[in-house]
Amino acid sequence: MVEDVARRNDMEDAQDRLISQRRYRKMVIVVVASVSAVAVVPLLIMSVITYRQYEDAFHAELTRPMLRFAEAGKASIESYLSERLSALAVVARENSVDELRDPERLRTLLLNLNQTFGGVVDLALIDEEGNPVTYAGPQGTGTSVSHADDPWFREVTGRGMCVSDVFQGYRNLPHMIVAILHDAPDDQPYVLRATIDTDAFHWLVRARSARRPERDPVCRRCHSLGVLPFSDAFIINQERVLQSSSRLYGNVLDPTPLPGLPPSRQAELLEIEDEQGEPLIVSYAQIERSPFTLVVLSPRVALHAGWLPVRRDLLLFPVISALLIMAVVIWGSIYVVNRVREADTKRAALYHKIEYTNKMAAIGRLGAGVAHEINNPLSIITQKAGLVRDLLELSSEAPSSEKLMPLINSVLKSAERCGRITHRLLGFAKHMEVQWENIDLDMLLREVLEFLEKEASYREIKVEFNYDEEAPTIVSDRGQLQQVFLNIVNNAFAAVEDGGRIEIGIDRLGDHAVAVSIADNGVGIPEDQLENIFDPFFTTKKGAGTGLGLSITYGIVQKLGGQISVNSKVGEGTTFIVTLPVHRSHA
Amino acid sequence: MEPIRVLIVDDEEELVSALEQRLNLRGLEARGVTTGAEALEHLAKEPCDVVLLDVKMPGIGGLELIKKIKEQRPDLQVILLTGWSSAEDAEKGKKLGAYDYLMKPVKIDELVKVLLSATAR
Repeated sequence: MVEDVARRNDMEDAQDRLISQRRYRKMVIVVVASVSAVAVVPLLIMSVITYRQYEDAFHAELTRPMLRFAEAGKASIESYLSERLSALAVVARENSVDELRDPERLRTLLLNLNQTFGGVVDLALIDEEGNPVTYAGPQGTGTSVSHADDPWFREVTGRGMCVSDVFQGYRNLPHMIVAILHDAPDDQPYVLRATIDTDAFHWLVRARSARRPERDPVCRRCHSLGVLPFSDAFIINQERVLQSSSRLYGNVLDPTPLPGLPPSRQAELLEIEDEQGEPLIVSYAQIERSPFTLVVLSPRVALHAGWLPVRRDLLLFPVISALLIMAVVIWGSIYVVNRVREADTKRAALYHKIEYTNKMAAIGRLGAGVAHEINNPLSIITQKAGLVRDLLELSSEAPSSEKLMPLINSVLKSAERCGRITHRLLGFAKHMEVQWENIDLDMLLREVLEFLEKEASYREIKVEFNYDEEAPTIVSDRGQLQQVFLNIVNNAFAAVEDGGRIEIGIDRLGDHAVAVSIADNGVGIPEDQLENIFDPFFTTKKGAGTGLGLSITYGIVQKLGGQISVNSKVGEGTTFIVTLPVHRSHA
Repeated sequence: MEPIRVLIVDDEEELVSALEQRLNLRGLEARGVTTGAEALEHLAKEPCDVVLLDVKMPGIGGLELIKKIKEQRPDLQVILLTGWSSAEDAEKGKKLGAYDYLMKPVKIDELVKVLLSATAR
């Protein structure tokens, strides 16, 4: 019954310890989570905001040159076309139809235009029905084929001017048509058409990007775009066919995989994906009075190459900061919770110690009362039996003495044994305060062993007692030393198997100390547990111990000015060594 | 040579009687009383060399009795006999002038040795 209660208490203690461990783990988690939330979350929010702002700023900074390039290119091309249209208009205004009908005059005009602008391949006068009238150019007299169904002719007669798509013209060179309708009230209407060599487009697009940046600070970025292998600038028509050569999509008149671009008179920015799904950043601008659109294009990855180290820094900073904060928070939390746990453990140990002390005091009072009550009648028995023996010794009746003396001696021996039991009880009955007295350690250890001699006998445990003949009497506290050695010897009994061996020795250590060693050949204590062996609530008895015995033993030995140490090897046994001062310690 | 005169003071009459006889058998002159008052009365009338005194007694206790004895007879040796292993009481008794203390149950030879030692001073 008592064992059941003890086992239940041990299980409850183990459960309490488990709950406590969970509680401290939970405490660590709560502290880490709350401190992290306060410290790391604002950092992360700020980092995300900063990251976004940097990304937007960087994107704007990177794409601004593309927009400028598109705007500048648009202006250049519009100027180029406008110059040609204006030149045709001047020719029409300054020359009558009759003069233009003159092939020589037309050739002279072509020559003048080429000298002024260059790139004009031919010049033709076409009547309002679309029939060629006069031609000056590389095809001699030109063709007689009507242009009435040509799209450019319809456009010029409808709008008064026209810039055609690029087409493969004479000698398979890319050309385009620039034409105006001369419709003066005092003259018959006609169309003046010029074929323009579009090599100039290439020059306009590529030469701009090839300008030396120090001479053109506005286009410094354009230059960098132009020289970078991944960027491209070209012109497309409304069907997205190349009107100038492209680094990415091929030569003039090759189709491009670009999607339709929303119409815009100003330079716009767009992000699209190429056929491989790679994101591209496109800046484009429609060229007025023409079917052309100037496109500046760069793969996003390449364009953002400069952004990557900045992004890495922007990401690394919060990540490293958060990791550092987390490391400090976790370390700090564990440290604080450990301190709390230590404080709790100390407090719990103190409570248990108080409880234990009270229990011992109660047992002591009970023992003292019992001893006192027994001692008086025991004294009477001893003295009365002693008196009988005295009388028998003095008696002349030898036969009676011989018969009675053994009986009397037996009574006296039993009384003496009772006396020793009450002595031991009284030893425990002493106060917890240290009470210094002269102690014969040999005697004290023998008294302790008497408590366990029955168990040793039942379990066939061999107890060997070796002591130094010169071991001195020491000044210490009898009751508390009894408790110390009883605890250690009890542990030794628990550690050994039946038939095991326990060796107790007393050795003098110089003039001021003696060492009591208690060695068993039991199971031993694992090395990693040795350092905790004197901690409160630490036990190797797997639910059978309170974990207080050695802790209290340690405390008592310290209080008496001594030291306790332990050596152990698993499977070989354990040796406790208690070193005690010979003289009263003021520790 | 005159025998050593011992006054035994203990509330256990049987013990007093046995000790008285055993000491007498060993050549001492022992007298026993069972109360403090009787002890004081005896000491006032009779000569005595040493008092064997129980600590715990009804009425006048052992420690109080030491004080009174020492007031009357400062040179008289007192040995405490106690079943209460209180070093505190023993120390108190020693401070009050007791020669030594012995624990019950006491061995007669040990007692005689202490009595002889006390009276030899």
